[in-house]
Amino acid sequence: MEGLVKVLRKMFRNPVSIAGITLVLLFIFIAIFAPLLARPEYPWNPYMMPQSGLSAVPQPPSPQHIFGTTQGQYGIYYGVIWGTRTAITVGVVVIGLALIIGVFIGTMAAYFGGWIDELLMRITDIFLAFPFFVGVIVVITIIGPGITNVMWALVIFYWMTYARLIRGSILEVKENQYIMAAIAVGTPGSRIITRHLLPNSIYPVIIQASMDMATIPLTAAALSFLGLGAPVGYADWGQLASFARNWIVTPSGGNPFQYWYTIFFPSVTIVLYALGWNLLGDTLRDILDPRMLI
Amino acid sequence: MLSFIIRRLLLLPVTILGLTLLIFVFMSALSPYALLSTYVSNPRQLQAPGAAQNLIKEYGLDKPFYVKYVNYLDQIIHGNLGWSQTMNETVAQVIETRFPATLELALYSIIPIIFVGIWLGVVAAVHHNGFLDQVLRVVALIGYSVPAFVLGLLLLFIFYGVLGWLPPGRLGLGFEMIYNSPVFHHYTGLVTIDSLLNGRVWMFLDALKHLIDPVLTLSFLSWAGLLRITRSSMLESLGQDYVRTARAKGLSEHVVITKHARRNALIPATTVAGLMFIGILGGVVITETIFNYPGVGSAIAQASEQLDYATVLGLSLLFGLITVVGNLVVDVSYALIDPRVRLG
Repeated sequence: MEGLVKVLRKMFRNPVSIAGITLVLLFIFIAIFAPLLARPEYPWNPYMMPQSGLSAVPQPPSPQHIFGTTQGQYGIYYGVIWGTRTAITVGVVVIGLALIIGVFIGTMAAYFGGWIDELLMRITDIFLAFPFFVGVIVVITIIGPGITNVMWALVIFYWMTYARLIRGSILEVKENQYIMAAIAVGTPGSRIITRHLLPNSIYPVIIQASMDMATIPLTAAALSFLGLGAPVGYADWGQLASFARNWIVTPSGGNPFQYWYTIFFPSVTIVLYALGWNLLGDTLRDILDPRMLI
Repeated sequence: MLSFIIRRLLLLPVTILGLTLLIFVFMSALSPYALLSTYVSNPRQLQAPGAAQNLIKEYGLDKPFYVKYVNYLDQIIHGNLGWSQTMNETVAQVIETRFPATLELALYSIIPIIFVGIWLGVVAAVHHNGFLDQVLRVVALIGYSVPAFVLGLLLLFIFYGVLGWLPPGRLGLGFEMIYNSPVFHHYTGLVTIDSLLNGRVWMFLDALKHLIDPVLTLSFLSWAGLLRITRSSMLESLGQDYVRTARAKGLSEHVVITKHARRNALIPATTVAGLMFIGILGGVVITETIFNYPGVGSAIAQASEQLDYATVLGLSLLFGLITVVGNLVVDVSYALIDPRVRLG
């Protein structure tokens, strides 16, 4: 508890981290209050963006649609607001599940060592043999697109990062004398892991997880961008960007800035969201790095 | 060190076998009918009446999984990766025609990553906590925060939509016709090199023009990471005793930084650069799709959208093999470069 207060005090002293925290809180606020900020027209399925008309041509910002509409007359404002909810849900679910799997496997490998370690780490290596994005695409091709399947695919190919981090960290902590003392007084293994090893080795994982809150939802958005993620009309930033792709390059040679709002609002949102989490992770690393604590 | 390299080499076949096993496990989730295209090498085999049943028998798809796995291994060892419905040729041919394009993109991308990333990292470390360091920190964080599809779209918008300078694709229409004509000799499959070997300078320049946008997109995502790594390892080596000694000897600051500190700081940076080359291969999927670049990355995205299992599985095997071998090269070269690993 005392440590937490110390960390928080340090975080609020640094302007960079205050900027990060503000951005992150802003997006969490948007996600929580999405129904108030953009009232859903289909309350039974608020994630489907309402269409006001069927015209294929995007419409510029107007009092009714303050960010304009994209092709198919989906309101960009609605997509940005509910897309925030999609992004944060994807981040929390995927990182949460990947953390549970990864921390469990990594802890087992480091605690027991020997052939268990060798076996678990070789399995980890096999999953790492795919570039992350390619592995996710393979799984989605097989289990089919859709936001839930995207989350499963991301978990299947992301737990290894946490497993490796926690393993390395525990191997270091394990050498400490207090662990040996705990073993000597006959503390059961489960208690050594939960009370001594994990609390002292979890920091690098926390830092990584906070950075991943930026990258994982954006990977999901990238899949939607390719047409492999959320279905058409689902409130998702990647989808808004892929709608924009057809309008920012005008082959007829018309005014290229005519449809600027289709790309501007989604990209600003995406970059600010990622920047917030990255700033937070970056300051967390500065504060929590054990070499800095001494 | 020798034992490390030997152990690492011995693990290679194990990992590759594991890779094929993982792909096979994914395949097992599909029905035998969906998998037929991963076995045939000609679409006509699928069209004959009753072909599906015959093929399932022929390739043993109704047999237990270990028989199927051995069959699958036999197929891929003989280079038969199936028929690609989206590209309308065998998957092996898809790789043959499209992989050089991706390789070319990756090779050109690694140059700015290494030079810009390392150079900026050294600059940041030398000005530790100074103004330049803070600016570079923010720039690197923005680099982390802009995803490939946003950056790619912005570049496409600016350099093609607004300015009309850098069109998508691999070559302009006229040059593309020359490239595919029998007059043009394909030595390497890399357009920029082949065009020079054929003595076509304009075609070389056109190919370069088409490479700028995708290379910028791919490299921008990675140099921020390399900057941070180089910065911290440079800071570490600047704090070493031998640097103090070098300064005490009265060497100029320039010599101290370039000869003493930077050389040692480059060791971890080299490893990371190798890993980034592998990371780029994951990034090509998005980048190639945005810029209509005909490589294996855009092929796998297109195939996945149309549920073309043969192409997705075949190309993922290719990506996996490159990653595994790439990791091995990085590990071994790390052992060779770093005297502490070599002699330890």
